[in-house]
Order: sequence, then structure tokens, then C-alpha cells
Amino acid sequence: MTDLTKLTLAEARDALAAKKFTSTELTQAFIDAIDSANPHLNAYVLATPEHALAQAKESDARLAKGQARPLEGLPIGNKDLFCTKGIRTTACSRILDDFKPTYESTVGQNLWDAGAVMLGKLNNDEFAMGSSNETSAFGPVVNPWRRKRGGKADNTKLVPGGSSGGSSAAVSANLCLGATATDTGGSIRQPAALTGTVGIKPTYGRCSRWGIVAFASSLDQAGPIAKTVRDTAILLRHMASPDKKDSTCVDLPVPDYEAEIGRSVKGLRVGVPKEYRVDGMSAEVDALWQKGIAWLKAAGATIHDISLPHTKYALPAYYIVAPAECSSNLARYDGVRYGLRVPGKDLIDTYEATRAAGFGKEVKRRVLIGTYVLSAGYYDAYYLKAQKVRTLIKQDFDKAWSNVDVVLTPTTPSPAFGFGEKAGDPIAMYLEDIFTVTVNMAGLPGISVPAGLSGEGTPMGLQLIGKPFDEGTLFRTAQVIEDAAGRFPVPERWWA
Amino acid sequence: MQVDEATVRRIARLARIRITDEEAKALEGELSGILAWVEQLDEVNTDNVPPMTRVADMKLKKREDVVTDGEKADDIVANAPLTEDHFFVVPKVVE
Repeated sequence: MTDLTKLTLAEARDALAAKKFTSTELTQAFIDAIDSANPHLNAYVLATPEHALAQAKESDARLAKGQARPLEGLPIGNKDLFCTKGIRTTACSRILDDFKPTYESTVGQNLWDAGAVMLGKLNNDEFAMGSSNETSAFGPVVNPWRRKRGGKADNTKLVPGGSSGGSSAAVSANLCLGATATDTGGSIRQPAALTGTVGIKPTYGRCSRWGIVAFASSLDQAGPIAKTVRDTAILLRHMASPDKKDSTCVDLPVPDYEAEIGRSVKGLRVGVPKEYRVDGMSAEVDALWQKGIAWLKAAGATIHDISLPHTKYALPAYYIVAPAECSSNLARYDGVRYGLRVPGKDLIDTYEATRAAGFGKEVKRRVLIGTYVLSAGYYDAYYLKAQKVRTLIKQDFDKAWSNVDVVLTPTTPSPAFGFGEKAGDPIAMYLEDIFTVTVNMAGLPGISVPAGLSGEGTPMGLQLIGKPFDEGTLFRTAQVIEDAAGRFPVPERWWA
Repeated sequence: MQVDEATVRRIARLARIRITDEEAKALEGELSGILAWVEQLDEVNTDNVPPMTRVADMKLKKREDVVTDGEKADDIVANAPLTEDHFFVVPKVVE
């Protein structure tokens, strides 16, 4: 039999419907792949093979009876930020210890109700705070891609991006058909770009945040990472839904995004913002961007220079808003109601000891920054100021939408880097999100699609940014790029 | 903005995170660096600009103020490190 793990989600769906194999066979193929790859890649922090096989068995029964649901029997990975009923959920932090939620996230429940099979929980940066997956309490994830230096193979371990590094690595290494992920400043799109996979952060409010461990509530959004644009379209449709349990989740019907795949972009107006041509951007990233412009033009789109003048302020404003909201959200980890407790001599001492032992370095840094900017006398100067800058960033886009339908940019300033290469300087790491973070600040949808290889032989992505709730146009346009650029499977399965 | 060690300690106390002397020293530089970097926002004129509250112009959802959930004390204490009959147990706070 061919290697079932190499199929796309859409191919597997169609093959299951045609009864070419069973969900149990498909699921077992992934379980075996995870068994052999995970010691090398560390993409899963918890594999749940028995759970997966039980779901697969139910799916096979439904398939046999002709009662298949839209994602029937398709094995996917679930980022460890999503609460799973009765299954350990840690946000990859020591402070959650052996936390077993008594409820399921809305996004997860939607996927299981659509018939999907969960293979396990995927690694991520602790509380989704990071751009390299190096801050996880379970250790870093290894990017399945390796680079070449001077034409020679270089076995340096590369990061898979972050925070959804387990999701991106698992998808590119064929350890699942697709994965859930979350994006607060770029945590879906940047890891997708660094692993040759597709990732979409939908509009804020498109997916329910209920049951997802909170980082920065005004920025967090769930979305999928998968092998193709079509696969992300299929997954997003079944992740998104209105939800009474999240008051910021919109009451809008979820369109059939897959129907957008293959639609023409003739006459589509594509904006190219001059402010994204930043200092220090590599020539190959610029060349990739030009290629993307040429592909869309060839497909009948028109290209327009636009200006988004407040772009450079998005990242510093983000580093006020996100830490401020995280310091509030993470106040709940007090060693009393769940997770780790380190006993102290009194209650405050217990809190302080618990949080000192439970939080990692980057999380502490952000909680402290957030505490500082929200402390007495500083609220207006920092948080309020940053939220006003956000309005200006959003207004830049509002103006642009009168002239263009979609915006094209690179996803990241550079391809995958090695372990530890950006760990010393927090700001160097924060700059990884320079092209993605504006999208979160404005609440817009953004998709990253692989578009080419760097001089080191590692993948690079292009980002498309859309109008609020216009994910459909992103899928349609991203498919044009995928058709032109081709797909980017990992060339060498060195871990197998 | 230059943050000194005393400020780091005060902030850590507010955040209820115990830090070592070594961490306090390192954080002094890191927090100062980050705060100096975000100061570039001072260049932006935000007079008469409202703070952002939503992506699309829509009202926050409301619901009837009624009980929709409950009777799950077992669930609520299921993950607690220390409990007694559906109560969370903490060190004595009142002498």
C-alpha cells in the first residue's frame, strides 16, 4: 500500500468515501509515523493512539452505513492550547502540571462533531509566547527541514517557528493531515512559512476562543495549519461557528470556503504596501515577493502600490497590548484551583513560589512587562496609547480597502533559523513577527502560503491579508500562488 | 524608560512571582530595553483617536441574566492540588 500519511486531507477524505482504505488503517499509519518520528522531532507532547483508534472505529462504522460527516475519519493533531475533555492540557507550561479539563474547546468539539480523529496534543511555545517553539516546557520542536550552507548539507537543528511549532512540524513531517493552531501575533502564519505548510489566521471573532488557554484575549484567534490551501479551507469551515460561550465570537454563518478553491482572481485588486520593504529584508525575500506579484498578475489580478503608514508601530504596540493582557489572563495560575502548587509559609508565599517554579523565563518576562504597563499611573501612557495606535493601524487598512481587495506581503523577514540563534535577545525574536503582527492588531484575516525556497534550501512563505470576514478571497488568491509555486514537501525524511 | 532593580522587585511582587537576585539583575536590563523600544510610540499623534475596541462595527452580544450551568462541584475541584469536601484548601489567611 502507498504511504497513506503522504496524502492531503482532501485526498484522504475522497479515498475514504471511495472505500479505498479505512479510517482505522489511515489512523494506524499516522500512529506508526508518530512513534518513529516523535523522538526526533518532539512535535507531539502527548500522543493519544487509543483515543484516535476508538474515534476511527466509530468513523468506519458511519462510513460503512453511508452516514459520513464532513471530516469523517480524518486524523488531525490538536495544539496543546486547546482544552480536551479528560485529556491532559498544559499550554506547554509546567504550571498546568497534569491538568485534565472537564470540558472540550468549542473549536475542538466542532471538529470531532464533524467526524475528525484526534491523534494527540501538539507542542507549542509556553502559553503561545514565542516564535521558535523554544520556550515549551517539553523542550523545542525540530523543523523537519534542514538547510544547506555553501552547497553542503548542514545538520544544525532548525526551529519550526512558533508558537504553533508542533502543528507546523507535524503537518510538514506527515504526522497528521492537518492541525489546529492559534495566532496572537503570527503564531500560525510564521510557523507555516518556516515549514512549507499553509496556515490561516481568520478574522478576530470567526472562531470561538472558548476552551482555548488564553494569552492575549483581544488578539488570540484559532485557525488551521495544513498541507494545502484547500485543506485549510476545509478545516476552517469546520472549526468556525457562532458560540454563545464567547461573546466576541460573531453570529455570522460560516461559508463553504472550499468552494472558493479554483475560482478566478481576474480583476482582483492586490495591494502591495511599501512599508513592508523594511531595512535588513533579505534580497531573496524581496525576490519572492516580486514573484508572487508576477503570479497574481499573470492570473488576471491588478497590482496597486498602497501605503500603510503606521505599520512600523504595530510591533511595539503589540508588545504593550499582548503582555498587558497576558499578565491579567495568567493571574489565574495561583496554585489553588488547578495545576502546580509549591507550598509556602503563607498564601502570598505560596502564590509566589508556585508562579516562580511554574512559569518559564519568557512568560515571566511578559507577565512583568504587562504588570508594569498596567501598574498605577502608567495605564494611559502605555495600554491606552497602544490601543489608540491600533485604531490608526486599522484605519490604514480601512483606507486601503477602498482601492484594493487583498494585500500581498512576505510572511517572515527570513527563513528558518537554528536553535538558540535568536534566544539571547528578546527583541530580535520579537522581530520575527514584524510582517504578521499588524494583522492581529487590526483583527484581520491573514494566510501564509509557501512560495519558494531560500538559498539555504528551506521554505519561505507569502502572506495575503484580507478584509474582515473575507477569508474566502484569501483562499481563492492563495490557491493561485500554490498553483504557480507548487507544493513543498520535505525533501529528505532524515528522521525515518 | 530605565527600570531599576527596586522597580523590578516591586513589579515582581505585584505579579506574585518570586525572583532571585540574579533574575532581578537580568530583568532590569531586559525590561529597560523593551520599554525603551516601545517608546517609539510617542512619535505617533493619538490626540482625538479612540482606543480600538472591535474589528467590525457590531454590538457585543448580550444574553438573559439567568443560570445556564451549574451543579458541577466535582468538576470544578477535579484538578485542584488540595481540596476538602468541594472546598479549595489554602494556607490560613486570617489569624
